[in-house]
Amino acid sequence: MQQLLLLGNEAVGMGALHAGLSAVFGYPGTPSTEVFEFVEKLAPKYGVRAVWSANEKVAFEEALGMSHAGKRSMVTMKHVGLNVAADPFMNSAMTGVNGGLVVAVADDPGMHSSQNEQDSRYYADFARLPCFEPSSQQEAYDMMRSIFEVSETMDVPVMLRLVTRLSHSRANITPNTDILDQNPLNPSNDWKKWVLLPPNARIRNRLLIEKQRDLVNLSERSPYNSLDLKEGAKLGIISTGIATNYVMENVADLEQPVNLLKISQYPIPEHLIKEIVRASDELLVVEEGYPFVESKMLGIFGIPGKTVRGKLSGDIPATGEMNCDFVRKALGLAPFSKLNFDPGVLPGRPPMLCKGCPHADAFKALKKAAESIPGTKMFSDIGCYTLGVLPPYLCGETCVDMGASVSMAYGSASAGVYPVVAIIGDSTFIHSGMTPLIGAAKHDADITVMIMDNSFVAMTGAQETMTTGQPLIDLIERLGVDRSHIVPFNPLPRHHNENVNLIRRELEHHGTSVLIPQRVCVKAAKR
Amino acid sequence: MEKNMILCGVGGQGILSISYVICNAALANGWNFKQAEVHGMAQRGGAVQSHLRIADKPIASDLIPEGRADLILSVEPLEVFRYIGFLKPDGIIITSTVPYVSIDNYPDAEFMQANLQRLPHKILIDAKEIAQSIGSPKVQNIVILGAAAHSLGFVPENFDTALEELFGRKGEDILRMNKQAVRKGYELGLAGGTPG
Repeated sequence: MQQLLLLGNEAVGMGALHAGLSAVFGYPGTPSTEVFEFVEKLAPKYGVRAVWSANEKVAFEEALGMSHAGKRSMVTMKHVGLNVAADPFMNSAMTGVNGGLVVAVADDPGMHSSQNEQDSRYYADFARLPCFEPSSQQEAYDMMRSIFEVSETMDVPVMLRLVTRLSHSRANITPNTDILDQNPLNPSNDWKKWVLLPPNARIRNRLLIEKQRDLVNLSERSPYNSLDLKEGAKLGIISTGIATNYVMENVADLEQPVNLLKISQYPIPEHLIKEIVRASDELLVVEEGYPFVESKMLGIFGIPGKTVRGKLSGDIPATGEMNCDFVRKALGLAPFSKLNFDPGVLPGRPPMLCKGCPHADAFKALKKAAESIPGTKMFSDIGCYTLGVLPPYLCGETCVDMGASVSMAYGSASAGVYPVVAIIGDSTFIHSGMTPLIGAAKHDADITVMIMDNSFVAMTGAQETMTTGQPLIDLIERLGVDRSHIVPFNPLPRHHNENVNLIRRELEHHGTSVLIPQRVCVKAAKR
Repeated sequence: MEKNMILCGVGGQGILSISYVICNAALANGWNFKQAEVHGMAQRGGAVQSHLRIADKPIASDLIPEGRADLILSVEPLEVFRYIGFLKPDGIIITSTVPYVSIDNYPDAEFMQANLQRLPHKILIDAKEIAQSIGSPKVQNIVILGAAAHSLGFVPENFDTALEELFGRKGEDILRMNKQAVRKGYELGLAGGTPG
């Protein structure tokens, strides 16, 4: 069959479509977005449902409902999105599934586009669920069939852990010649499994614990895990997911034979680990993310008589993205010689708001208005507008998690800080900003919330938002904000002075105000 | 056959289009490729790069090790120097000499000129001038793509199919200018760069 040219994320989407997927749910977030978008693009052809959800928790529950109906479904999110979806994630481990359920989570080691580099494998472990971690685009494609099978035969949701470097790297892949049919509609009638009242939940938890041995056995036999022991090898290298590639890039240069264990399916294959440990004097553990396998192997007491090197020993950097060069150094290989050239000090070129971005004009007006009231504190949020914390705008002093601008502003105002501004995008507001605003409005908190309504989820490539324009204004009023303090305006340079005045008026109002700069994202408008 | 290259420039300059064309040409030749790109926040006018590897054998890593790049292909002269550590001692730099000044502290012309001239193996191209002579300032990235063709073992025709996929729906004129940009770039690549 003809080879395809696919991003890692697209390979996941294609693999899922070819494995009988019926629906994908998700919330955009770099580096996960293209998994959903690829399925969305082909949805009509494959008769698959693909509509973005309000946030990751909602997306997860929708996917679980699809599974309850007997269909194969997938939910996509970035690593921090799983924090939002943690409640249904943890509890779906208890209910189990009906149709296969894949939780595709993309981690961002190196924090290319994220606020942390949490390792989702810990979540899978925490929930006692299996996790697959592909090492290549081809493997990501191939795995999707296995993942749905494991999900259905073991009655558990299964995590697919992706990382930026696989998600956003393109390669040629060979697809299957056959495409699986979708499951028929077959809603579960086994209500005791789905109603997590304590008597049922205790039974479900026991079942989940009893499954663990079988899940480990699946890992031991997995085609995605492989052990290669060599005669006379002293060094054993254990690598996981994409980190395996950085090992393979270097092993040919080693003079001595080495034992290799590749892990791409969890729970950790304990027997395979014991085998490579037994056969080696020294071990190097190479993982993209936290030292998950390394920590589990070592426990508190370590492995007597063996030297284990990795992130915990300091042989590999504990933070940042893995690469060939870190592994090369840890293996004691000389670096490749390179062009000897010192260009001198280069200026950085950080990302910036696009030319003509409506956020820029809104920030200019906000900054000007705030200048007249000393001590203004601004709480920002997750989106393109986070760039407003940088010069020349200097609008925002915090960026923590989705929706935190509104809740932190309320907390700060409660402490007596005045004036307090929350800066949040229209999509982030729907995702997690509405709930804190309900409480703030109920108590008429002395905060000014600026909802940057550009009608799109701009940062992740301009997906449509749920609510914009007049419906957004109506929604805010229904949340309890006084209509006379919901103030939409057009952030255009020619309206600068009047915008400054209306912003100042709301900053001076001692109660909850919502300012809404309304102008379409320039990137989206150009499409 | 194995060629490793760093493609670089500023977000919005069309790095991903260049890499897409090269990947397709590699695929058509029956070669393997891996190409790591940058999405998300960094794309917003920031420095962007892509690691692209093509080979007639399996490729392990999506990232190129330091000192293993055969080529740096850049649509912007300052960006070349960020990735110079990836280049082999005899690696080639193919770059546009047209600065993209989006920052206040962009180095002065003297600094840039001195650094560019010191590069040992280079093909310097005034991509803006060439693009304008073709009739569209938008094809600067494709001029640079054309200039790299020879070093990668391609001829302009290898890129035609991918160009048709990328630009065909934008009309015949745009497609023609892009094809012309590849050919003009190719000639300049063979000649060692823009004269003067």
